[in-house]
Amino acid sequence: MSVPLTLLGLLEREPSHGYDLKRDYDTYFGRGKPLPYGQVYATLSRLARDGKAIAGPAEHGEGPDRKTYTITPAGIEDVQHWLAEPIPPEPHLQTVLFTKVVLAIMLGRPADQYLDAQRAAHLQRMRELTDLKEHGDLMDTLLADHGLYHLEADLRWIDHTAARLDALAKAVQQ
Amino acid sequence: MTALIEARDVVKSFGQTPALRGATVAVQPGEILAVMGPSGSGKSTLLHCLAGILTPDHGEVWFAGQRLDTLGENPRSDLRRDRFGFVFQSGQLVPELTAEENVALPLLLSGTRRKPALAQARPWFERLGLHGLEDRRSGELSGGQAQRVALARGLVAQPEILFADEPTGSLDSVSGEQVMSLLTRAAHDHGTTVILVTHDARVAAYADREVIVRDGQVTTLTGASPAPARGTAQ
Repeated sequence: MSVPLTLLGLLEREPSHGYDLKRDYDTYFGRGKPLPYGQVYATLSRLARDGKAIAGPAEHGEGPDRKTYTITPAGIEDVQHWLAEPIPPEPHLQTVLFTKVVLAIMLGRPADQYLDAQRAAHLQRMRELTDLKEHGDLMDTLLADHGLYHLEADLRWIDHTAARLDALAKAVQQ
Repeated sequence: MTALIEARDVVKSFGQTPALRGATVAVQPGEILAVMGPSGSGKSTLLHCLAGILTPDHGEVWFAGQRLDTLGENPRSDLRRDRFGFVFQSGQLVPELTAEENVALPLLLSGTRRKPALAQARPWFERLGLHGLEDRRSGELSGGQAQRVALARGLVAQPEILFADEPTGSLDSVSGEQVMSLLTRAAHDHGTTVILVTHDARVAAYADREVIVRDGQVTTLTGASPAPARGTAQ
């Protein structure tokens, strides 16, 4: 998650105070990990320094910073570019789990048990995400679904690998 | 805690083909247990042995302190009708009956008169989002609706155990999630124990715990790492 670009995106809606940006960030994207105030103001300062936003004059009021920030055309261009650019699909060709399985076979250790332990951890996380869906709002549901589908893909790989451990052992020992 | 239902070293073969080779599993009262495993691993056979539909060749099945596998067919049949509920992959509704009559069926078979049986069936339509479909026949229901009717039928008599064999297997993912959400909520509300056979990890995630059947034996998964706190989906 790019915090600067996300804040810049929120700023594109309308000029805002740092407090408002933090509140909206936490509501929509924080999901249990609120953005520290220090990071919000440091990020806004950098965006202003780099010409992506303009800080208005300091206002009297509560809190350390009551400046209104406004996005600049360069900032809008950055947001537009970021939104349009696809996220690189990660091939996951060398996962830690794959390395562990191959190494376990090389060392004559019980790869099937390691896979089962991983399966249990994955299923436990899937239960938590399912619980989140059951008790959360639509935002929670969509985020949890994203996690669930990835975990499900991992589990399918675990099943597939568990079924091919003998063949893998032969390949590794060649 | 004493298990509500338990299989002890159960062996079951079909002809020369072994399906269970010493399967052992215990399910606590109120627990929702997912039984997972590859196709042909024996998970449905285990479910059928636990439910008294099949009798093991060897081993024991216990339910509520009572030996189930040595009971005669009639008492086992009574048990299945009065204390167990069932949901299968495709609802298996009786096509000649209305949805409401299908839900009331276990009550009617237990000797409840028609009027009170239908009255007891009716609230389930509201509860499972089926309001207005009471008079439809199974051919007039979507797959998801039919499966929710089947779920209501499985729960209407307030069974102690609900046996569910791939209850979302014929549904799309959204309908399947609705059925699982309703199933688990209703089971928790009534304290119903659920034994859920599924090959789908997303379905199993609705359960409290899961076991895996491999080559006719039950593996209980252990060694899960401590999971992150709830509410931190990223």
